[in-house]
Amino acid sequence: MDISIELLQRTLDGLMDGASYALVGLGLTLTFGTLRRLNLAYGAVAMLGAYAGAWLHLRFGVPAWAVALAVVAVAAVAGLYVEWMCFAGNADDTPMARGGGPVAGADAREVVALASSFAVWMQLEQLAVNLLPRHLNPFPSLAANAEWALGPLVLRPDRLLLALLAAALCLGLAAWLARSRSGLAWRAAADQRVAAHLAGIDVPRVQRAAFAAACALAGIGAFAVLAVDGQVTPMFGMWVLAKGLIAALLGGLGSVRGVLAGGLLLGVVEAHAQSAFGAAGRELAGWALLFIVLLAPWRRATWRPAHAG
Amino acid sequence: MPAEQVIGMGIGLASDMAIMSLLALSAFLLLVVGRISFGQQAYFGIGAYASALASTAAQWSLAPALAAGCVAGALAALALGLPTLRLSGLQYSVATLAFAEMLRIVLQGWVWQWTSADGSLAGPAGLDGFRDIRWLLENDVSEGEFLALAAAVLAVVMLVLMLLARRRVGVALRMVGHDDTLAAAAGVPVARLRLATATAAGALGALAGGLYAHRTTYIEPALFDPMLGVHAVGYALIGGMGTVFGPLLGVVLDLGLLDATRVFAGWRMVVFGGLIALFLRWRPRGLLDENLVHGLSQRFARRQRLPAGRPVEIAP
Repeated sequence: MDISIELLQRTLDGLMDGASYALVGLGLTLTFGTLRRLNLAYGAVAMLGAYAGAWLHLRFGVPAWAVALAVVAVAAVAGLYVEWMCFAGNADDTPMARGGGPVAGADAREVVALASSFAVWMQLEQLAVNLLPRHLNPFPSLAANAEWALGPLVLRPDRLLLALLAAALCLGLAAWLARSRSGLAWRAAADQRVAAHLAGIDVPRVQRAAFAAACALAGIGAFAVLAVDGQVTPMFGMWVLAKGLIAALLGGLGSVRGVLAGGLLLGVVEAHAQSAFGAAGRELAGWALLFIVLLAPWRRATWRPAHAG
Repeated sequence: MPAEQVIGMGIGLASDMAIMSLLALSAFLLLVVGRISFGQQAYFGIGAYASALASTAAQWSLAPALAAGCVAGALAALALGLPTLRLSGLQYSVATLAFAEMLRIVLQGWVWQWTSADGSLAGPAGLDGFRDIRWLLENDVSEGEFLALAAAVLAVVMLVLMLLARRRVGVALRMVGHDDTLAAAAGVPVARLRLATATAAGALGALAGGLYAHRTTYIEPALFDPMLGVHAVGYALIGGMGTVFGPLLGVVLDLGLLDATRVFAGWRMVVFGGLIALFLRWRPRGLLDENLVHGLSQRFARRQRLPAGRPVEIAP
């Protein structure tokens, strides 16, 4: 196989990986877009959902479609719990509350939300591990053994399906936020809490709904990724948080279409780094990409998280 | 359980607590100036590797080896702080995490070994870690003596921080943390103070790492994972932001009460995590927060009678 074909194949693999990063980053960016807070328990929510699904599958032999429903439902309920514990009480009327820009400094509320969502992360992860204590747990596999040939390139249909799902969810959500009345309410509540309240929007309810939706998206992402892998380990929570966070930040935290671009970029960079420097190079490249983008002067100048853009 | 074993466990636990307190203080310093770092474990790792190399490869004594670790940590923190401290709070947190993860991955691939005096291979061996950091054993330092050393180091650090807190620079640091715009308007050099704090925090984290490496005689990159750094931040936040005793209290609560007693066994994090989150709803700046500390010091000040008939001099 000559070099250019190999590069193309790697890029294609990277795009497929990147789609799963975008899929798990989508909920994270949605939470940030509506609450202006980072939910550290995000990975743990996805993991608890996945573990509950794997447990049902292992214990009662529940079919894959029911496992999918269970994963999404458990993740959404866990999300409501996280919202109640970490984000509901401190949304307003703290003395140190500031108007602040979208990514205002580490004010008191941001610190508290980060700390308490970290605590809940530990809690949910332990709960999941108590449910299934083994390191490697089977997950209903929907992986296809077939490989499609696209000329000289190969492509697995299940991974293509996953990529299409990621693209459809990102673009669909972006369109819904931009066009629909409820999407307008979500954006209003994020932009100007007081003005949204005066316009008759029940801001806490909108935030709760957005939070549950974001965590349900985490559940969808978790099921899709794990069904291709066919197994789940306790590292999954950290994986979801790290990859989702990098994808979301690369695309501009809060931007729904940006997370798709960010995930794909991360996937392609990682795929090329892996073939050049091995597995450690893959991990290193992901973090280095994030680091460079955070420090890049052109990025800082235009750093304006948009929720729908 | 025999008495010696209980005492030994107690000494070990107390040493761990002193080391973790130093790391928690390093996270606390950055919290005081309004920055959350998820990367303090990087300096812990740098200090551990640097001081272990100094005491094994270069055959230095413990004190200069720890000092070398501190310098390495401070330099790394300075180098990272220069570009990152200008970022917003959230971006800074993520940048520190990215830096720490990059460092951990590089350490995983770093193999640099030599043959030691007894013929075995020594030095960092990538994923397998860095074995035989035997300065304490070779110099017959008992566990009790090490605990005294760690406690003394912690006490000195806390004393220095307490003295600084009472001076103008301490007040300026609090101002930066509460509102950097207002502080800058009042003529406080915000950027320089933040950079100096980050550097000091790096040195503190490295000091903790150096002590840890010599206590356990073995370190590996996996020890410096994000969990370590996030725990350090958690200790500072639970204990409270009002005084340097806050981080210490956080460490004692977690390591002393929950980890050591093993009451909840596998459910420890379920209980502890829930408690912290509930607790932070009720007390967002930790147990010993600024209001409590201020109230206590006011009460203390009122008890001290002012000498009659002399005007109270107000410091400029």
